[in-house]
Amino acid sequence: MISIEVDGRKIEAEEGSMIIEVADANGITIPRFCYHKKLSIAANCRMCLVEVEGVKKPLPACATPISDGMVVKTQSDLAEGGQKSVMEFLLINHPLDCPICDQGGECELQDLAMGYGRDVSRFCEGKRAVVDKDIGPLIETEMTRCIHCTRCVRFGREIAGIREMGATGRGEHMEITTFIEKSVDSEVSGNIIDLCPVGALTAKPSRYRARAWEMTQYDSVSPHDCIGANLHVHTHRNMVIRVVPKENEAVNEVWLSDRDRYSYEAVTMRDNDNRRLQEPMLKVNGEWQTTDWETALDKVASKLNMIAQTDGAEHIGAISSPSATTEEMYLLQKLIRGLGSNNIDHRIRISDYSMQDNESLFPELSIELSELEALDACLLVGSDLRKDQPLAALRVRKATRHGQIAIINARKVYNNFNVLHEIEATPADWLQQVAGVAKYLLDEAMASEDISADGLGYEGLDELLAKVSVEQSHINIAKMLQKAEKSGVVLGLSALEFSHAATLRMLCRAIAGLSGATFGIMTHGGNSAGAYLAGAIPHRGPGGADVEEGGQTAQQMLAEGKKAFILLKTEISKEAVNAEQAKASLQASEFVVALTSYTDDEAFDYADVILPIATFLESPGSYVNVNGHWQDFNACVQAPGQAKPAWKVLRVMGNLLELKNFDYVSAQDVMQEVKGRMGAVGDRIKARWQCPESLPTDGQCPEPLNIYQVDCWTRRAKALQKSALAAGKEGLKRPKLSPFHNILGGV
Amino acid sequence: MSANDLTEMVSAESIKQIDRWIAKYPTERKRSAIIPVFTIVQEELGYLSREAMDAVADYLEIPHIGAYEVATFYSMFRLEPGGKHVVSLCTNVSCMLAGSGNLKQWFKDELGIEPGQTTEDGRITLKEVECMAACGGAPMLEVDKQYHENLTVETMADLIRDLS
Repeated sequence: MISIEVDGRKIEAEEGSMIIEVADANGITIPRFCYHKKLSIAANCRMCLVEVEGVKKPLPACATPISDGMVVKTQSDLAEGGQKSVMEFLLINHPLDCPICDQGGECELQDLAMGYGRDVSRFCEGKRAVVDKDIGPLIETEMTRCIHCTRCVRFGREIAGIREMGATGRGEHMEITTFIEKSVDSEVSGNIIDLCPVGALTAKPSRYRARAWEMTQYDSVSPHDCIGANLHVHTHRNMVIRVVPKENEAVNEVWLSDRDRYSYEAVTMRDNDNRRLQEPMLKVNGEWQTTDWETALDKVASKLNMIAQTDGAEHIGAISSPSATTEEMYLLQKLIRGLGSNNIDHRIRISDYSMQDNESLFPELSIELSELEALDACLLVGSDLRKDQPLAALRVRKATRHGQIAIINARKVYNNFNVLHEIEATPADWLQQVAGVAKYLLDEAMASEDISADGLGYEGLDELLAKVSVEQSHINIAKMLQKAEKSGVVLGLSALEFSHAATLRMLCRAIAGLSGATFGIMTHGGNSAGAYLAGAIPHRGPGGADVEEGGQTAQQMLAEGKKAFILLKTEISKEAVNAEQAKASLQASEFVVALTSYTDDEAFDYADVILPIATFLESPGSYVNVNGHWQDFNACVQAPGQAKPAWKVLRVMGNLLELKNFDYVSAQDVMQEVKGRMGAVGDRIKARWQCPESLPTDGQCPEPLNIYQVDCWTRRAKALQKSALAAGKEGLKRPKLSPFHNILGGV
Repeated sequence: MSANDLTEMVSAESIKQIDRWIAKYPTERKRSAIIPVFTIVQEELGYLSREAMDAVADYLEIPHIGAYEVATFYSMFRLEPGGKHVVSLCTNVSCMLAGSGNLKQWFKDELGIEPGQTTEDGRITLKEVECMAACGGAPMLEVDKQYHENLTVETMADLIRDLS
């Protein structure tokens, strides 16, 4: 720590920090455009000029490291004179079209021009104009407004790992552009809108919709992946206008994936061509009729009661989306268990449920998301991190600055980080490849400690792996994990969807255990963890409580068929791994009640009652992310028509079915009850080793869901659907990335 | 990997030269060779087409935009086909003081071209460039790779007319 003086204040600060960092940490305002705490230092806007005693010229605070005894003046004549001159230069070519600019009212340039700009411009020559670029359906450009801070360029190069924007030409002719007519296709591209300090890059879907000062801000949580990105939802007249990130260093830092940012379009009526379901619907003699809630719910209750009494409750099944809230899933399981059945599941993209009793309380990453970037070595198995959990990919990309990444996948994926060792297996061969790594580690451990596999805690593993051949590629990965101080093994979505997922998982657990790595699972949807905790699984109750007789898994219910199904927020014929079978099974079922928000749900083909429910932005609730962080939120807007939050619908259903303890006043009440049931868990449920019986060579990988097809909301987000990623265009087949992305000029 | 394969675009001799340049830099810093590579490619192809820039980017393992940035920044790279002869006229301070404005005007009056344009017969492309470090002989211009100094409108006119 060294001490410096800023504006007469003595400040202790870390050696090597820049003046602007010290000032920011101590609440001293220094104007800036190009500096951003998450990006490299460019020092090209010169707005942050300050005076340093003993130096004749003003210095850029963002690029001047502090030294002991330094005396900094941010408001002296020299500093302010410098800042005002820079502002004058910046405004020379800026069009000053604030009245028609979307950024107006929340514009860094506008704000600073109030403080540092002149009231009258001395510039009377012609201004330059720059042709606008079409960079896709998500981002609107108005490049004449650009002040060349290069934040968007640096974001692409350093954070997203896909360099699509650049600065071409020089001097007066410099432009920020993609140069060729090309869309910006990164899955996190929307962040350049937040980064842009002027109105050059603005959100296309919300353009001209509302002014910053007219909107009301609510907090929410993204339901699309297990990260649980924190959202600021901006609304105007009960309409969601846009979504921007809420800073949370532990979860999403300052970023959002495009999915998190633009999925709100599925919620607003305006963007949905009236696809929002507004009234309960009943199928009468094969014809759909609108009805009122009372009739619809009475019908549901009497039918479920009848089936439970005549055929038995085990003939009823409930399937939830993994992106439903914890409260909704809790009530659904309470309802189905109240009827006397354990047939509840949310794992619609999993087909192998064996050894599920040996899994932890909920599938978790077991290290904090922020620790991902500190890993020295990380083995990703079955993971397309960029598409599955885009924000986790940004963390792993940071890890590549100092660490090494290996991947064992059964399909080719294009990452935005460098991968040192990559094994691209076939689905049939996948287990063998993973087993090769496990075997090398097991043999090493057994030899070095002169101990048996049993002694190591992996009973039977040596026999299982006896015939596996260890190749150099396996040894490379094993050694990478062994050598690293902090290492991790992370399973992705295709590892969970694999037809022998349980065997794969156990092998990976063994690899992690034997190499001293942490073991983590990245799960489907926004609330898989919440589903486990709430008991939306057939083999355990809320908080991991024992159930007398395990119910059927989603796959079993759909394969075997049920007399009645309750579907919560899932469009199962588009989401399940075995979608065809799911659809057939639902069609064959006697009674299907679907809780959905949309009129174009395929449920209209197979359901008998359809209940209109609120979406994630219209209902209170909570999501539990992959770290087990419990994040609750409130409704941001009202649901249209008669649509109701699903927790209320389930509560009334519980009441009509005359089940006990269904008298909740708020979603908060439900959450308190779920949380109350966690207390008894303790360490009772831990992942245990169970040796797989064999290493089958008939493995299959279902086709993964497109990044913008993961749930009912992304599927209906108009702008996202127009993007290149929605069309499945890769757009990332590009050269190797430099890990030195913090060095200026790095690619 | 790409449709634009540099090895198919330029001669083996050029590739040999390019590789010699790349070898001068650390392997993970291939991109440092981009200016000599562009120079070699332009020498052979006459100008840097979009395909050529993409091919160079792929060859050096950098994003395409990285190549566009360099190619558009430096005035010695041409992004469009030029005339048979490229005349680079310096209009920086020394040359300006010594009358380069008159030389520029001559091109407009006699040949009907302004900087950046090519004569209709495709014989001459005029470029306006910054200082070429020959201020002692101002005003000066460069025809292809040859410097011509201490010019007057008359000597330059003869020179340009004599270009085949």
